[in-house]
Amino acid sequence: MLTALRCVIHRDLLLAMRRRADVLTALLFFVIVVSLFPLGLGNEPNLLRTIAPGVIWVAALLASMLSLTRMFSEDHADGTLEQMLLGSTPLGVIVVAKVAAHWLVSGLPLVLIAPVLALQFDLHQSLLWTLTLSLLLGTPVLSLIGAIGAALTLGLRGGGILLSLLVLPLYVPVLIIGAGTVDIESAGLSAQGHFLVQGAFLVIAATFSPWAIAAALRISAE
Amino acid sequence: MLEAANLECVRGDRTLFSGLSFSLNPGELLRVAGTNGSGKTSLLRILCGLLSPTHGEVRWQGGNIGSLREEYWKEIIYLGHSSAVKDGLTAMENLMVSCTLAGLTIDHEQARAALRCFGLAECEDLPAKVLSQGQRRRVSLARLILSDKLPLWILDEPFTALDTAAVDYMQTLIAEHVARGATVVLTTHQEAQIAAATLVTIDLTSRIL
Repeated sequence: MLTALRCVIHRDLLLAMRRRADVLTALLFFVIVVSLFPLGLGNEPNLLRTIAPGVIWVAALLASMLSLTRMFSEDHADGTLEQMLLGSTPLGVIVVAKVAAHWLVSGLPLVLIAPVLALQFDLHQSLLWTLTLSLLLGTPVLSLIGAIGAALTLGLRGGGILLSLLVLPLYVPVLIIGAGTVDIESAGLSAQGHFLVQGAFLVIAATFSPWAIAAALRISAE
Repeated sequence: MLEAANLECVRGDRTLFSGLSFSLNPGELLRVAGTNGSGKTSLLRILCGLLSPTHGEVRWQGGNIGSLREEYWKEIIYLGHSSAVKDGLTAMENLMVSCTLAGLTIDHEQARAALRCFGLAECEDLPAKVLSQGQRRRVSLARLILSDKLPLWILDEPFTALDTAAVDYMQTLIAEHVARGATVVLTTHQEAQIAAATLVTIDLTSRIL
């Protein structure tokens, strides 16, 4: 079981490495969207400081959506998905591996670059850590929820738009709590409660979404 | 033993077949024939559990495959229309990955030997996107050599895109597997010359309603 898990993660990372353009697109999108705000709004430090968490979170959310459609569609098109469905490993495990690989490729880079981008907003140094940690807890949830949508819209025409409509409302709580974590810390209060809620989101999403994704994949594969 | 009991398949508004029953014992080869669109692929997908039949059930060793799930999938190999070969991976990596997914533990030597059997000795480290259609097919078929212990092979058009030598080789491979006491189900348009003791043929053309 662990062999299959490792194998799928390794395979997806290898495929991503061999097609770096796809990975870089999402990352560049994130960098550009975030950078457009200080350019567009002018250099009013207080305004920038206030909007920074929200802007960075929304951009991260949209950037992680960009690569969602590709999560299962290629495996579906070339028949690999059928082999995964018929494998001796429970589909839930394979799905966890796919989501983990997706996060490593499209979520983790955003988390790592976010503090650098936050400097443009003159965010206080101690808040940079809060922002990074909140993204670190939040982006895996985005990948997990997004994967349910990607599995449900697999093989549909215009699936990309449908996917956004399906997934974005579900991202809202993650966004509110995620951006709120930085806001509350900048107000001088402890963000511990927000971190705990984010942790709870992650645990719940990681527990239940693999089954939902697996069930959705079986339906889509028919 | 693979049993199909009273299978019916409806795709869209069309009933492809209904009341289809058969049972296959170890050492039997089933060839599913029929015109395009007569439901060959659907039948094979039902037999391996990718598609649920509108009516009826498929049983493996007496148990419904819907409840056996991984127990059943551990014992079968299904090779469909699409070759399940990733463009970005080399032939070798493709074979290793597909074997791992199927739960077969193999090492590089075994994989290399299997690829060599299918005449891919020089191509094993080439990315699959530079391989021809027939070579990609061979990469996915190479898994059969490593799956000789599995009691059920379900092959959808295994001979497409292959040259005559490879078709001959595939036929011997299937014949050997059937002789070993395994069951093989396949669809093909070509008149396959497979020396099997028991060959059952189902023609779906006559069953179109």
